[in-house]
Order: sequence, then structure tokens, then C-alpha cells
Amino acid sequence: MKKLIIALAASAALMGGFSTGAQAQEKKKVCFIYVGSKTDGGWTQAHDLGRQQLDKALGDKVETKFLENVPEGPDAERAIERFAREKCSLIFTTSFGFMDATVKVAAKFPDVKFEHATGFKSAPNLATYNSRFYEGRYIQGQIAAKMSKKGVAGYIASFPIPEVVMGINAFELGAKSINPNFKLKVVWANTWFDPGKEADAAKALIDQGVDILTQHTDTTAPMQVASERGILAFGQASDMIAAGPKTQLTAIVDTWGAYYIKRTKALLDGTWKSEQIWDGLKDGILTMAPYTNMPDDVKAMAEETEAKIKSGELHPFTGPINKQDGSAWLKAGEKSDDGTLLGMNFYVEGVDDKLPQ
Amino acid sequence: MFEAILLTVITASTPLVVAALGELVTERSGVLNLGVEGMMIMGAVCAFAAAQLSGSPYVGILAGIFGGGLFSLLFGFLTLTLVANQVATGLALTILGLGLSGQIGEVFVGQPGIKLQPIVFPILSDIPFFGRVLFSQDLIFYLSVALVVGINWFLFRSRTGLKLRAIGDSHSSAHALGINVIRTRYLAVMFGGACAGLAGAQLSLVYTPQWVENMSAGRGWIALALVVFASWRPWRILAGGYLFGAVGIGQLHAQIVAQNLGIVIPSQFLSALPYAATIVVLIIISHNRRTTLINTPASLGKPFVPDR
Repeated sequence: MKKLIIALAASAALMGGFSTGAQAQEKKKVCFIYVGSKTDGGWTQAHDLGRQQLDKALGDKVETKFLENVPEGPDAERAIERFAREKCSLIFTTSFGFMDATVKVAAKFPDVKFEHATGFKSAPNLATYNSRFYEGRYIQGQIAAKMSKKGVAGYIASFPIPEVVMGINAFELGAKSINPNFKLKVVWANTWFDPGKEADAAKALIDQGVDILTQHTDTTAPMQVASERGILAFGQASDMIAAGPKTQLTAIVDTWGAYYIKRTKALLDGTWKSEQIWDGLKDGILTMAPYTNMPDDVKAMAEETEAKIKSGELHPFTGPINKQDGSAWLKAGEKSDDGTLLGMNFYVEGVDDKLPQ
Repeated sequence: MFEAILLTVITASTPLVVAALGELVTERSGVLNLGVEGMMIMGAVCAFAAAQLSGSPYVGILAGIFGGGLFSLLFGFLTLTLVANQVATGLALTILGLGLSGQIGEVFVGQPGIKLQPIVFPILSDIPFFGRVLFSQDLIFYLSVALVVGINWFLFRSRTGLKLRAIGDSHSSAHALGINVIRTRYLAVMFGGACAGLAGAQLSLVYTPQWVENMSAGRGWIALALVVFASWRPWRILAGGYLFGAVGIGQLHAQIVAQNLGIVIPSQFLSALPYAATIVVLIIISHNRRTTLINTPASLGKPFVPDR
């Protein structure tokens, strides 16, 4: 069934290629593979907004194309290969699960440039890129510690992968920098996308006594539940203020457009290299949604922390930090290296959840 | 807190029960419609769109029922009139439904929805605990309970229900007796579609009042499985649906309680628990192979071409 969808999608894309191919002779093609729908209100929508910004900025020099709802796994290979055959010069594959498929196709098409989001495998013509979401989570943790009356926040998590564990730790570290006794309850929804299950997880956390919610799943359902129950929450991937005008404190907004424009320019002037890029708040690859529903002093604190992270004065993972079991991880003043963060498989002190090892 | 948990369980279980009940009637008439997921998501998008445009969630419910029913008519036409393969057509209906609903719903993405408010029964809802849990619910919950009772009566106590079951067991014999097989099956398919549409309306008006593409997230498939494991009995669907919902919500609370106590329970195991528990319990209640065989519609999924 998945194969059928791919075949249909690929043939539709092919037909599109024929009809526009003639007049777009000298324009380079920049192509995107999406795991979800471009209107999912979260992850994929953020990538597509980035593509649209690229269109606006460099539309006279490049042409963009995309395929949406491409399933992760081996089937993705065909979709990526289709784009490579259609003479795309630069192909962005925008989900972790496209990693191996991208590696395989990149090996077959050495003249095409590839970029894979959030992965760790690269090649001479395959770069990886990611966003330092944890910088935003640290700020959220600080806000939560200021705003929570009970000193307990709830975290709706998706899957126990380093990316998510890193986010949980950054949130807890931010909260502890304000309130050393701050506690974090984690519920694993074991899904990225299921509005019902995400809402259930939110309700469970609220019924168990948390008064601030944050999520690492894709829909606005938790924000909606928080709003109904009258507690505060943080948005994820997109600005979710519409789902909780009186609820959202801020949101980590993925703003990939700046990155896509930067890399396409590098392609055009011939300076593109395969790199492992991990951009943060200072590069504009993620931004914080307006700080709302909080007193001015909390807002000022959040803005100050954001400025310090941007200037490099503050790194969220700076010692002294103990691991969950109380053993020392980072000495005072010591900063974590990126490798440890990208492979993070342990909690810091203060997180109540236990990671299955 | 127990009350709050129970309310969450009801919200999570209702769409499964409603969709499974509709599919039960369809399957009892001998038609296997694997398109529940597609009909459900069509119901969800129609309900959301109608509620947004009219401002009334009740118009939304009607649109959900209508949308699901109309969409199932496509399945009916292909499998009953054109005698296409039911399994393939059902799968196609799901794929089509997911795509089409995304297209219809594109303009509604991100809009805050209108939540269907509960209807509170004045005196009954004052009963401590049960009153608040059972008698201050939304219309779709009351409908789900009415459907269980009604369908049970219809199938096993009414003449038309007997005919429907006869068709499901042997369409040729029923045809020979002068029962209109195709017409009855059309109605059964549309009833199934309408129920799936109602379940979809519950998703976009009660469970999570919003529209996002693919928001049914596999609930249609769970409803399909419930029908088989409930061995085509309405009350067992109610039991199975609520068990699934209860274990699903319970495992989320278990995660938090385990954290409070400092115990390690792998969350993947807890996530799989609703599926495992529901399968085990339903296997136990339907362990008697003879009664299971009696309940299984014998001509389920078989095409019927009336001879003269």
C-alpha cells in the first residue's frame, strides 16, 4: 500500500517535472522530501514554510519542488531517487527516518548534493543539519520554574531517542537554575503524531498534579487540553498561540527558512561543502514565539537568557551537572561537547522518569 | 482523581465503540468493509467543517454521520453493484478517505474548533460519582450506549435483524427465500459508514476539537479488530472498547506513578499493554469455539451475484 502511494506520488511529481521542465532550463532545482503533510501544523509545515521563504528570496535563480507524506524506511529511497533523476541539484530530506535511504541515493548520484535533517551519517555530497532545540527548552524550563505554583511540570515525550532526552534534560536544567527542587514528570506517548493520545497524556499529567505542560510531539492537542483545564503550556515546532491564547507562554518555532536560503546560496556560488551543521538561536534556525501570559519580570528574564545563549555567554549544558543517579557528569564551568549531546542516553538529576536502558 | 480518569477513559473509548458497532452491523450482513479508518476520517473532517461554518457542533454531528454514510455508499456501489473485491476496495477506501479529507480540511488546519458541550441530566447527575460520570456527558456518548442496546435488540429480537443475519450467514438461501440481499447490504454498509462518521465527529468535536490531517491515527483499524475479537456481539464491543480505552489511559497514569515511586517500567511495554490486554480478555470471553463459529457470519466477505 505504501509502495502504491509512493508510485502515485512519484509519477505525479514526474508529470509535474515534464510540464515545467522546458522553461526552467537554467534555474537550479532545490527539492524537499517531507514525512508528513505540509499542513500538519507542526514539523513538516515548518519545513514547508522554509521552502516558501526560499522561493521568495531566491525564486529568480532556483525552482523548488517537494513530495509530501513520504513514509520513512526503505520506500523513501525511490522518492529521493526520483528527485535525483529529475536533475534536482540539492535535495533536503527532512526526517530522521530518511537517513539510510538518503545515504544510499547519495552514493548513486555523486553530482547531486544532499542534506539530511537530524541525522548523523554523512558523505562527500551529503551534509547533515539540525537545530539546537535544547536552547529553547532551557529558556522554557526557566519560565516554568518561575510560573509553576507547585514546582512540577509535565513533559509529553515521543520516543526515547537522544534528541528527546536532550530536550528533557535542558528543560530540567533551566528549571533548576531558578528552583533547585523543581521536578519534572515525563509521559511517553510513543508517537510523534496522534492528537487523541497526546491529549490523553496531557490529561493524565494534569490529573496527577502538574500545573505546566510542555510537549515534544507534533499536534496542538496538549495545548488545547491545557487551555481547557486552565493551566499554562509551551508550544512545539510552530507557534501554537491560536490553540491557547491565554495558555501559551512561548513556543520553540522551527524557522528553517534562514538555513535553506543560506545553503542554497552556497550551492549557487559554488561554496557548498558537506558539513555537519548544528545551528542554534543565534543563526535563526529556531526562534522563540512571543513571551506571553507571564509577568514582565519573567519575560525580562527569558529575554535575557535568550540573549545570553545567542551571544554564547550561556551554554545550557554547563557544569556542575550530576547525572540522575547523583554521579558527577560535568565539573563546574565545564561545557558538554556536541557528541555527548547528540548521543544523550541519560537523565540529569531532578528528572523523575527512568530511561529504559 | 479516579473520576477524572474515568471521564478521560470514556472520551477515549467512545469513538472505538461507535465505529465498531457500525462495522458489526455491516459484517453481520456478510460485507467486510476495511475502510473504517477512511470513513471515520471523512466523518471527522465533515463534522469539523460543518461545525465551523454553521457555528453549531450539532450540525457538525449530522454532517459527520452524513459524510461517513455517503462515503460508504461508494464502497457499496463498487462491491455490491459492481461486485469488486471487498478487501481491496475497503483498503482503497481508507487511502482515498485519508487523502480526500486532507484536501477538504486544508483550509481548516489550525483553526480552534467548537467543542460539543455535555448535556447534563438534572437529577441523575447529582448522584455522587456515577451521576457526574454517566449523566453529564455529550450527546455522542449517550448515542453510543443507545446504539449498543438498540443494535443488540435489532439483531437478536427483531424480524429485520433476523433477515440481516440470515443474509450474512448464507446470502444464497436468503435470496431464495425472497429477501432482497443487495438492498439490505446497501443499508448495512451505509449504517456502518454513518457510525464511523459519527465516531469521526466525536474525534473532531469532543476528543480533540480541531482538525489535523490523519487525526484518526489508526482508530478505525482498532475498531475493526474489536469487531472480530468481540465475536460480532454488541455488548462485547462495549466491553472491549472500554477495556482498550481504560488500559490505554491507565498506562499513562502508571508511568507517572512509577516515576513517583522510582520504579522502572519500560514505556514501550506500557504502550503495547492496551492491545495485549484487550486481545487476551476477548480471547477468554470468546474461547468457546462453537459459539464463536455460530456468531461468525458465514458468507462474510464473499461476493454475491443474484441469479434469476
